[in-house]
Amino acid sequence: MAPIIQVSGVRKTYGSMVAVDEVSFEVNEGEIFGLIGPNGAGKTTTMECVEGLRTPDRGTISVLGLNPFHDVYKLQNRIGVQLQQAQLQKRIKVWEAVDLWASLYQKKTVDGERLLEQLGLIEKRNAWFMTLSGGQKQRLFIALALISDPEVVFLDELTTGLDPQSRHTIWDLVRGIRDRGKTVFLTTHLMEEAERLCDRVAIIEHGRIIDIDRPESLVKRHCPERTVVLATDGLDAREHFRVIPGVEEVICNNSQVTIRGRGDDLVTEVIRCLSENQIRVTDFRTVLPSLEDVFLKLTGRSIRD
Amino acid sequence: MRGLWKLTWIEIKIFLREPLGAFGTIAFPVLVFLVWGRMANPKMVTTPANASGFIRVGLPVLASLLIAVSSVLSLVTIISIYREGGILKRLRATPLRPQTILTAHVIVKLMLTALTLALLVIAGKRYYPVGVQVPFFAFTMALLISTWSILSIGFVIASIVPTARFAQPIGAIILYPMIALSGLFVPLDSLPPALHAVARVLPLTYAVSLLEGIWSGDRWLAHLGDVAALVVVFVVCTALSTKVFRWE
Repeated sequence: MAPIIQVSGVRKTYGSMVAVDEVSFEVNEGEIFGLIGPNGAGKTTTMECVEGLRTPDRGTISVLGLNPFHDVYKLQNRIGVQLQQAQLQKRIKVWEAVDLWASLYQKKTVDGERLLEQLGLIEKRNAWFMTLSGGQKQRLFIALALISDPEVVFLDELTTGLDPQSRHTIWDLVRGIRDRGKTVFLTTHLMEEAERLCDRVAIIEHGRIIDIDRPESLVKRHCPERTVVLATDGLDAREHFRVIPGVEEVICNNSQVTIRGRGDDLVTEVIRCLSENQIRVTDFRTVLPSLEDVFLKLTGRSIRD
Repeated sequence: MRGLWKLTWIEIKIFLREPLGAFGTIAFPVLVFLVWGRMANPKMVTTPANASGFIRVGLPVLASLLIAVSSVLSLVTIISIYREGGILKRLRATPLRPQTILTAHVIVKLMLTALTLALLVIAGKRYYPVGVQVPFFAFTMALLISTWSILSIGFVIASIVPTARFAQPIGAIILYPMIALSGLFVPLDSLPPALHAVARVLPLTYAVSLLEGIWSGDRWLAHLGDVAALVVVFVVCTALSTKVFRWE
């Protein structure tokens, strides 16, 4: 099956500033694909080139078999877009916006009222845009992106500035979009969001893509370290831990022992060692590397810097 | 042009919800008309026939021109606010054509112009019996053509203003001097040659000539040149703004 989105060798400059360069990736049907990286890495520029809102200086882009530059209206008819930092007319009512958007597409749209209900906006249907909270505005923009029942949904930094509860609601919603067979292309600088939501991610920094894969594969490839933290009073236990295959370091701090090593079997080996030597533990947890660690490793800096 | 009527209707509703916007654009020209009319000639209510030329022709034309100009200034402001807030960009990320978005605003402004003109006529009839037969339909058409042409200048201004804060003042600085030189207050022939030459290329000069002529009962044929000039302004400004217009 051909990918829904194909981006190849895209470069975009603003004056002398190179925003993105040599960006290539593919998004497959029915997946949630995330472009992740810090602010200013080129996520929005890349996404807006794919949406047909910007023209790349170089490279080719194909979305649903269409060229976003030449077939921009055909494309807009089939995709749903949520832009970063967008606004609507201050005094437009929620239902008016949804109604207007529904009228713009040459196809059957979803029921706007139901959509507002799903997004928890039904009580706000007569409210002016300017009176909505940040989370409500964001949910309205998601409604506008979904109103046309699009084949591909673009979400740019969709939960930025939202409280954790709204964030989880929106994550569920995005998973729901995928479960209905749609393709989702999103950007985020929140690693937790990428890890929980995305089937595959591309890490972008300074306008270039560093790596693309499933989040867990990226973690496995770039951060094979595993860490087990346990608490035990057995003083001779640490000697047993040191000989476990794959263990590189054992750190003791009073009764807390931190065992570092690599390989997927590390945790199993630690558990086996505990049971074979009948070591009594009062606490046991594993610390697995996350996308955050992958990013740190690949770029030498934390994404929050 | 899908979505044009819905967008136009929404923009009208939004405009009416804007407390100062509606007042400024609709009421201001009417007030100028009434106040100035009374100051200029307190007796004209009883003796319309003695009214000076300015009162009979100039003032209604001035008030109408103010309607057109305030429509255009309001367009410039709205477009720059929409651009600054990312509203234009948000609308563009839909199957809406850019020209549909801009046409909706032009329609809103033309309707506003017609509405204000109607109010002006009602106000004039009630308090200000000019006492001449005025071809209102032809005059309305002349005003709409003029507004339409000046709106295209508005798009060029909207393209070049850096931020929404500057939209209104920059628009005013460009448009109001055009009124001063339009031949409405001082006949073109009595202007110094340099200013006369400037006035010749300013679009409002042709709008004034058209409006004055139609108001005084001239036939359209006599003003084909004015209409042609206004169309040229529209074509040039539209071509220019498609080149320089910024959506974000």
